[in-house]
Amino acid sequence: MIATRESYGNILIELGKENKDIVVLDADLSKSTKTAGFAKHFPKRFINAGIAEQNLMGMAAGLATTGKISFASTFAVFATGRAFEIIRNSICYPKLNVKIAATHAGITVGEDGGSHQSIEDIAIMRSLPNMKIIVPADDVETRQAVRAAAHIDGPVYLRLGRLGVPSIFDENHTFTFGKGNVLKDGKDITIIGMGLMISKCLKAAELLKQEGISARVINISTIKPIDEELIIQAAKETKRILTVEEHSVIGGLGSAVCDVLSTHYPVQVVKIGMNDTFGESGKPEELLTKYGLTVENIYHTAQKTVNSRK
Amino acid sequence: MEPMKIYANQLRIHIINMLAAAGSGHPGGALSAADLLIYLYFKEMKIDSEDKDNPDRDRFILSKGHAAPVLYGTLAMKGFFNTSELTNLRKLGSFLQGHPDMLKVPGVEMSTGSLGQGFSASVGVALGGKIDEKSYRIYTLLGDGELQEGIVWEAAMAASHYKLDNLVAIIDHNGLQIDGTNDEVMKVNPLKEKWESFGWNVIEIDGHCFTDIEKSFKQAKEVKGKPTAIIAKTSKGKGVSFMENQVGWHGVAPSEAERAKAIEELEQNIR
Repeated sequence: MIATRESYGNILIELGKENKDIVVLDADLSKSTKTAGFAKHFPKRFINAGIAEQNLMGMAAGLATTGKISFASTFAVFATGRAFEIIRNSICYPKLNVKIAATHAGITVGEDGGSHQSIEDIAIMRSLPNMKIIVPADDVETRQAVRAAAHIDGPVYLRLGRLGVPSIFDENHTFTFGKGNVLKDGKDITIIGMGLMISKCLKAAELLKQEGISARVINISTIKPIDEELIIQAAKETKRILTVEEHSVIGGLGSAVCDVLSTHYPVQVVKIGMNDTFGESGKPEELLTKYGLTVENIYHTAQKTVNSRK
Repeated sequence: MEPMKIYANQLRIHIINMLAAAGSGHPGGALSAADLLIYLYFKEMKIDSEDKDNPDRDRFILSKGHAAPVLYGTLAMKGFFNTSELTNLRKLGSFLQGHPDMLKVPGVEMSTGSLGQGFSASVGVALGGKIDEKSYRIYTLLGDGELQEGIVWEAAMAASHYKLDNLVAIIDHNGLQIDGTNDEVMKVNPLKEKWESFGWNVIEIDGHCFTDIEKSFKQAKEVKGKPTAIIAKTSKGKGVSFMENQVGWHGVAPSEAERAKAIEELEQNIR
């Protein structure tokens, strides 16, 4: 079990060795966002903005104009909330080469409570022209996704988590920007998930199999631009879609899937996520249970969806 | 008449003409900064329109992006694009957007317009210069009302923390903003003490006096280990008598009659 923020911190050091143009900025959270490793290896290329997220993003933009690849890190709630308009006008509008690697996304921040649990960051970032969004599911995917982000010319939002997550992919996996992965094939329903919900989607699919329901499981790690082809194909072949995300059902993965299907191949889409509510303090697993982000809820919802439309 | 004064006067003529053609925009704060920009682009900065991507060039960022006409006029005069483009300001299809867009306008170093952000980006550029051990210098122009933005003070703190002596922030201190004087809307004074307490070298000048401007840039270069803030006392609407120090001329374009009157006044200066 390794958290995607940890994987990010590890790969940053490798990237720093390979490419001297990479600079990393943080806002007094480098121990938590895991940029502290890069800071130790490359002190000259690490800039602590202090507790000042707006200037964190502004400086990252300025550095990008000098040919740097800026990685700016802080918690997701501050990155996309506090610094939103700087991301909009100083990063996305001029399409500058800044990667916003935001950690502690979602409710699994846990004990810090609702003020620190970002459930709307994807919705906010999706609405910005020129912004690309990646939500990696595990260690292998995170390392490849961060590397891919460094090679993309322009703004990228990387959504990373605090909590350790199980491995989904082996070392042979290849992350392709803009492409989703079918992790398990099926014909009765497609479960589309992202991030730490992927392992739960796979477990739910196993339970459904025992009930005679064949569920396809798709990992969508590039939220924008989303893999339209894979989603439309799943809609055509399984007729029913269930989306699962540790994010609000408003504007996140489920909404992105609906945007594709409502235009190209309308089928029923059921969304599991945060239902227009803030989180609260508690242990991560307790919170996931309270808000229905569980294997059991995915299983029951999928079962109900399949049985209601036979 | 010295060349700088002639250039500045020509720039003011461009500003009036382009704003009248656009039918909207911000004359006051563009006119107040004309002398500063002319000096920067024609005397101070190592910059060449024929070699605009040279990594060693000096950089200017217009943090008070609403004064775009003063930057566009200067860039055109400096050869970055044809002066005939200026009257397309703010028109559909023109690269001269209402606020500076680095993706569209040759010579614009950073897209600005949302106040405070250009200054923050200029701190990033200065950091880039230090990381690469380059000797280029970064100049940025802020309005005095702009100093009310919180990000300005985040960036000011960072610039002195990182000892960015390659950075010069010029404050176009004309004392006026949209809703009235700075003092009425939100006091920004004492400016000198504020910037000094943030660890900056501070120089106060008359922003329309080329001798003052020249001296201040020279002194800024001599100061090591800290950034320099030049507080330039200016008159909003400078050069056009009926616009000078008038709050009402912040964001209104001149009519044809007003344009003609202003141009006549400005042309008299060069005669």
